[in-house]
Amino acid sequence: MQRGGAYLSLCVTSCAGVQNAFGGQGAEDANFVRLFAVFMVVCTVMYLIVSAALVIAVWRRRQATLTIEDRKHHETSAATRPALIVWTVLIAVGLVGLTIASFFTDRSNAANGSKPRLSLTVTANQWWWDVEYNSPDASKIVRTANEIHLPVGVPAQVTLKSNDVIHSFWIPNLAGKQDLIPGRVTDAQLLPRKTGLFRGQCAEFCGVQHAQMALDVTVESKAAFDRWYAAQLQPGRPPANPLQLAGYRYVTTRECSSCHNISGTPAGGHVAPDLTHFASRRSIAAGALPMNRGNLYGWVADPQSQKPGNHMPTVGLAANDLHAIVAYLEALK
Amino acid sequence: MTPAERAKQPPAKVPRDGPKLTGPKLEEKLAETWSNPPGFIGWLSSVDHKDIGRRYVITALIFLALAGALAVVMRLQLSKPDNDLIGAARYNEIFTMHGTTMMFLFAVPVMQGMQIYLTPLMIGTRSNAFPRLNAFSYWTYLAGGCLLWVAFILNIAPDIGWFAYPPLSGPQFGVGKRADIWAQMVTFTEVAALAAAVSLTATILKQRAPGMSLARMPIFVWATLVTSLMVIFSMPSVALASSLLLSDRLVGTHFYNPAENGDALLWQHLFWFFGHPEVYIIFLPATGFVSEIVATFSRRTIVMYPIVVMSLVATGILAFGLWVHHMFATGLPRIGYSFYTAASMSVSIPTGLQIFCWIATLWEGRPRLQVPLLYVIGFIFTFVIGGLTGVIIAAVPLDLQLHDTYFIVAHFHYVLIGGAVFPLLGAITYWYPKATGRMMSETLGKVSFWMIFLGFQLAFFPMHIAGINGMPRRVYSYPAGMGLELPNLLSSIGSMVVAVAVLLFVINMVVSLRGGLKAAPNPWGAPSLEWATSCPPPKYNFPHIPVVDSRTPLWDAGEKMSVVHGLRVEERELLLTTVMHAKPDLREPSAEPSIWPFIATLATTVMFVSSIFSPWAVVIGAMPVIIALTAWFWPKSPAPEREPVIS
Amino acid sequence: MSLRCPNSVLALAMIAALCSCDREERQTRGKPLGETIPTVASPDTIFPGRATPPPLDPRAAQYEGNASAIAEGQRLYNWMNCAGCHFHGGGGMGVALMDDKWRYGGRIDQIAASILEGRPNGMPAWRGKLTEQQIWQLAAYVRTLSGQERKDAVSARADEVSNTPPQTQTKREPLRPADSDQQ
Repeated sequence: MQRGGAYLSLCVTSCAGVQNAFGGQGAEDANFVRLFAVFMVVCTVMYLIVSAALVIAVWRRRQATLTIEDRKHHETSAATRPALIVWTVLIAVGLVGLTIASFFTDRSNAANGSKPRLSLTVTANQWWWDVEYNSPDASKIVRTANEIHLPVGVPAQVTLKSNDVIHSFWIPNLAGKQDLIPGRVTDAQLLPRKTGLFRGQCAEFCGVQHAQMALDVTVESKAAFDRWYAAQLQPGRPPANPLQLAGYRYVTTRECSSCHNISGTPAGGHVAPDLTHFASRRSIAAGALPMNRGNLYGWVADPQSQKPGNHMPTVGLAANDLHAIVAYLEALK
Repeated sequence: MTPAERAKQPPAKVPRDGPKLTGPKLEEKLAETWSNPPGFIGWLSSVDHKDIGRRYVITALIFLALAGALAVVMRLQLSKPDNDLIGAARYNEIFTMHGTTMMFLFAVPVMQGMQIYLTPLMIGTRSNAFPRLNAFSYWTYLAGGCLLWVAFILNIAPDIGWFAYPPLSGPQFGVGKRADIWAQMVTFTEVAALAAAVSLTATILKQRAPGMSLARMPIFVWATLVTSLMVIFSMPSVALASSLLLSDRLVGTHFYNPAENGDALLWQHLFWFFGHPEVYIIFLPATGFVSEIVATFSRRTIVMYPIVVMSLVATGILAFGLWVHHMFATGLPRIGYSFYTAASMSVSIPTGLQIFCWIATLWEGRPRLQVPLLYVIGFIFTFVIGGLTGVIIAAVPLDLQLHDTYFIVAHFHYVLIGGAVFPLLGAITYWYPKATGRMMSETLGKVSFWMIFLGFQLAFFPMHIAGINGMPRRVYSYPAGMGLELPNLLSSIGSMVVAVAVLLFVINMVVSLRGGLKAAPNPWGAPSLEWATSCPPPKYNFPHIPVVDSRTPLWDAGEKMSVVHGLRVEERELLLTTVMHAKPDLREPSAEPSIWPFIATLATTVMFVSSIFSPWAVVIGAMPVIIALTAWFWPKSPAPEREPVIS
Repeated sequence: MSLRCPNSVLALAMIAALCSCDREERQTRGKPLGETIPTVASPDTIFPGRATPPPLDPRAAQYEGNASAIAEGQRLYNWMNCAGCHFHGGGGMGVALMDDKWRYGGRIDQIAASILEGRPNGMPAWRGKLTEQQIWQLAAYVRTLSGQERKDAVSARADEVSNTPPQTQTKREPLRPADSDQQ
């Protein structure tokens, strides 16, 4: 009975999610959905067999009186041993079948990831993602933060590193997770098959703001991806009006520039997310807040109230400075 | 007197039990010999396994309640998206305390406590082997639990998860002393568990009643033996891991520092090498409970006893080969992972065989649907779901999606609550008359069973959905719009139902102490030896040590059971038998009550706690420990033997 | 339950050493508005006429011996490349921070002032580049390099190549002005 309800709720909840392992939008996740279905069928059958046997066993001879005197408490019927053998063989065959299915899925995932055409390096920090698109030509390297764009149908290899503690890179709609372990380099392969907007999240407890370390993933056509990539290669948009200029002055000379980088400006910090094209992202602070003006005000004014414990300090900005900074950041598309 | 002359002397008159000294006169003498000294010091000095087992179980149930309260708080926070009932830092402390308390302070100790209480009674002896070590084990466990919870009350609780992965728990990112408190608590509980396991192993191998060969032991005793050996092999791994962590944090060693050729994964290997057998250490005694309850309530012996025993042993051995399935996402070579997938799948085979034997026993027997059997039925329905989700996550491609999500939370609660807590509640109901002399209320028992069973399904089944819908573990909040609202709300409601149900169960336990029906020695009509003595058992367990000639002595020999004559009555004496066939072998004195285990725990506590702050404490703190141990082991003055010793 | 009380009391009494809430208190937000008001007099040790420096800034209690302030200061020390001049306390282009010589004073508020205001011969002024909370965190960490802070608030090492003996074993240096050996 729990199973029926499960299937129902699975159908209801699964398809629409942006961070959903049943989405099937990536090659590895599609394999997951198929393999999971196979396992569920086998496991459900086994569960029904056990449950039915238990119910029948309890029901068939229930009595209330004690009858040890008939001295039959050591006897076992002759059918028991063959039944045990059948049961054992059934379990063994089932497990072997599932292991083989798992093996073939693994092979398929490896084959899908064997010839990557796009290369990224994701470095995890407490509590943000540093994303770099690799290229042999240094002028074509794109650096961004907390977001990934992928062209559909192109296998991508993501090299995974960590600057502090163990994190886990997980975009359920596309693929399984891989840990980012300091001192080690791991990698993940992504092969998106459908366009869409998805969400990834850190899946290894990494400290106080582990819950707010998400990743915006955009899978788009190759043309759209190339446009995005070309825009990312541009330096930060210069200020277009006096308010933005005041913001630019603050950001590039005061606290912001100690940690953040905006290409083409004196703000060259490298320990915080790259802000060159900050306003083009869907969220602020690794998925903590959707990107809009109000949230931007709230974040810049007091990051500790939105994501307490994260490393961006609350500066205590005067109102004029706050308006100017937000105006400038909003223009960094 | 020379030995030759002494041999010619007539034997001194040492009172022994026998046909001449039996009945109430014998019981009076035995009661005096085996009683505790009076007063509070006497209470602290007790080495009676029943006292220690009871203390273990009650303390563990209190920790269950505390950790359960934390769970309710977590579920309140997670009942709505973007909730702000509890902040991030506090939530992280709470889930760390919940997991650590449940795993280290409830699950293993409650099983060991039941084992300590029941094993001597089930094998027909008067005490555990090494009774003072047993007492030391309890006090050390209590000290470790107090360390953790006092830290929580003082607002310095660990916040690194119950598994405390470095570098998050390491010196740079594990700020303050919180992680040290966690690591040292592990040391306490590991020492306690090891001590109890050593005592239980020796008891089972050497102190069984004559005629109780290994092939005639109750299945619960087999489960205890396998579990205790597993504890001995796995606990040192986590003790080593936590000691290396303490060393990194206190004196700057580099065990887990990748920059200096250490490795963050070293911790994971050491921890999970313990961590996986740990869950079987919790599960196998529960299967022992189930076997006993199923046999009694079907009115027949367990079908195919050798298969059940071999399944226990096979599970115990296989459990040591699975640990890397907790590390499938860490990027180790895939070919190695295949081995662990195969091993993880195959460990379900012995358990599947046990389930067959239980169901076959019910099938061939005449089941009585009373509360203990209801818990067993609930166990089978629930645990099998958990076991099947375990088969799912044994496959690497599936685990890479489901690892560290609420699917895993659902899985392990299904196997731990379904697989260990349900049998435990059934076992408490079943052996409650033996321990207290009263029956628990059957009606209230049925109400709390149905509430806990249905509430559990409501609380934990939706977590499978939440995990698939993308909810990672250990998050203090989740955003709206991801399909997580409904599963989380259902889980929160279910957790309240479970909390009320557990409360009802505890009320049943407390109220039945005075108000329950008085229990006969064998109210359930069970076959094993513990039911051959009164409810509650006297301090000396049995007036005469029984002799068994079958697996179900009370059903076969019953009133006509043979007994052993000739054990001393004015000194504590046990009968040791051979390991395989339990032929009478030696008479062995049993330790008297002693305050030194308690004092040794105090000294050890001072040493362990102060070593959180300074490495010198290990050296300086060792002095009182050495003094306490010396006093403990100081040999008794060698009085001349009153009887000739056969050489 | 009364029977277990004595042991709990004993445990509580013994673990009183753990009751250092100050050490374990986690700081998230500093007190920004108050800190934008500049201090009237810099608390350093160099005064004309050898007057005594002003009393210890009340903010010191919040940062001294606070494990999370020291940990965050250690992160900032790496992030702001203090090691570029000061190495990991041994000094190079910049002065050594693990010795006993403090030309501008070794109290936490004096160190914070040095970071905030900059100092002659190359120490940049960080006012406006880091918040005052961050500067105080750095000052707390710098104090640990010469062993000034309580050892249970300090972490033994960072997860990096070993460059100092464990911080928990660092001998506490006296605070001497830089010119004291030239008296």
